[in-house]
Amino acid sequence: MNKLWQPSAPIENLRLRAETLNQVRQFFYDRHILEVETPILGRGGSTDPYLDSMITVCSGGGMSESVTLYLQTSPEFHMKRLLAAGSGPIWQLSRSFRNGEASKRHNPEFSMLEWYRPDFNLQRLMAEVQELLEVVLGEKAVGFSRYRDLFRTHLAIDPFDTSLDELRCHATDYAGINASDLDRESCCDLLMSHVIEPELGQEGFTFVYEYPAAQAALARLKSDQEGDLVADRFECYYQGLELANGYHELCDPREQKERFSQDNKIRRQLGKSTVQEDILLLEALHSGLPDCSGVALGFDRLLMLRAGITDISEILSFDMNRA
Amino acid sequence: MANYSTNEFRSGLKVMLDGEPCSILENEYVKPGKGQAFNRVKLRNLNTGRVWERTFKSGESLEGADVMELDMEYLYTDGDFWHFMLTDGSFEQHGADEKALGDTVKWLKEQEVYTVTLFNGAPISVTPPNFIELDVTETDPGLKGDTAQGGSKPATLTTGAVVRVPLFVNIGDKLRIDTRTGDYVSRA
Repeated sequence: MNKLWQPSAPIENLRLRAETLNQVRQFFYDRHILEVETPILGRGGSTDPYLDSMITVCSGGGMSESVTLYLQTSPEFHMKRLLAAGSGPIWQLSRSFRNGEASKRHNPEFSMLEWYRPDFNLQRLMAEVQELLEVVLGEKAVGFSRYRDLFRTHLAIDPFDTSLDELRCHATDYAGINASDLDRESCCDLLMSHVIEPELGQEGFTFVYEYPAAQAALARLKSDQEGDLVADRFECYYQGLELANGYHELCDPREQKERFSQDNKIRRQLGKSTVQEDILLLEALHSGLPDCSGVALGFDRLLMLRAGITDISEILSFDMNRA
Repeated sequence: MANYSTNEFRSGLKVMLDGEPCSILENEYVKPGKGQAFNRVKLRNLNTGRVWERTFKSGESLEGADVMELDMEYLYTDGDFWHFMLTDGSFEQHGADEKALGDTVKWLKEQEVYTVTLFNGAPISVTPPNFIELDVTETDPGLKGDTAQGGSKPATLTTGAVVRVPLFVNIGDKLRIDTRTGDYVSRA
């Protein structure tokens, strides 16, 4: 048995990691996308009701009072401030932190590969994600599917029109959950993660787009062809693993502020502490964020797929149990 | 009993579900990129032995089950109950009924130590040691010189259990049996 002081990844997987990082760096260098580094700590954190930040305190050293800082759940806010300051296209590989997320596919501290493309719509960004994946994983078939079409195909229901009662019945049938207190979004999350996701990307890369408006996070809203409001975002799956999450980025500071407040309201209802909204991000949006699309890709998961392993610890030098 | 939240679920934790004591086998954290996280849990119903698969919202909790697994020595049966005694020197005894004993009746031997699972103080299951040594009471005569290969035959053991054994085994031989599979391992 491997001892706790020893790495959780075989050294050969760390070589694979270094090699992949080189490929990724070259990929962005060739496209004239600037590599940046932004702080891991921020005065504001993600307000997403289902993301929990780790929190630390910075004090002393000439600071008049101690400051509570959030370990960032993704480098998004700082990167958007760079975009607002005129950086042009940027990328970074950033350590990100999500409290309580530990499984064979999650480590509470992980590496996020995130990049932003001014003037790109989601279609162009999806194409670029595909190109990057092909560099690392080789060429595969590529499929595109709308969120609501996946539900139609796999479950014969429309997630936008089906009644809440029926959604709850499906949730109970498929997952053996007591669904009586689940809302629409939770029912859809459950069906997506238990029934649909495992089937996605078995033949190649699968891009899912046009999510329910309530799952917009930091993406813009638009109308789909049925006239329903949807979030202009996508996710990419390969072999049942969610790899990347892209947005046509929300630029409107008022709507952004409204979403922060709404998130915190839900957090209170869930009995969670509220999160300090990022005031500096809001100021940056006021000053003007260029029309852009951005994507966050789980670098460790990319490596899992490349190495053909199913446990994230085997691609991390030291997983959380050994940190 | 204390309540346990999904993030405390570990293999072996005993919880109550639908009024039944269960032992957690597996706990898988499932989280879509955005939105609610869930825990997909496999549990063994300790009353029936059946495995249940259930999903819970992350953070949901279940009441702990008052379940203890104790090492106990088998003493005797009075026909209705099979009596076991704690091996810790306390001489505390518990009687297991036929349902709690289940298939373990095939592997019962006096002075052997079993794992007795108590729920609210009463035995609900009895698990034999992985390997047990029992004597043969009945089998066809052994064939001299036939040691390793070729064929097998049934043999009845002192407990009444019937196992497949090699042809060279004789009445009165002591055999080592794997209780999980019911397979002959060797002569003891």
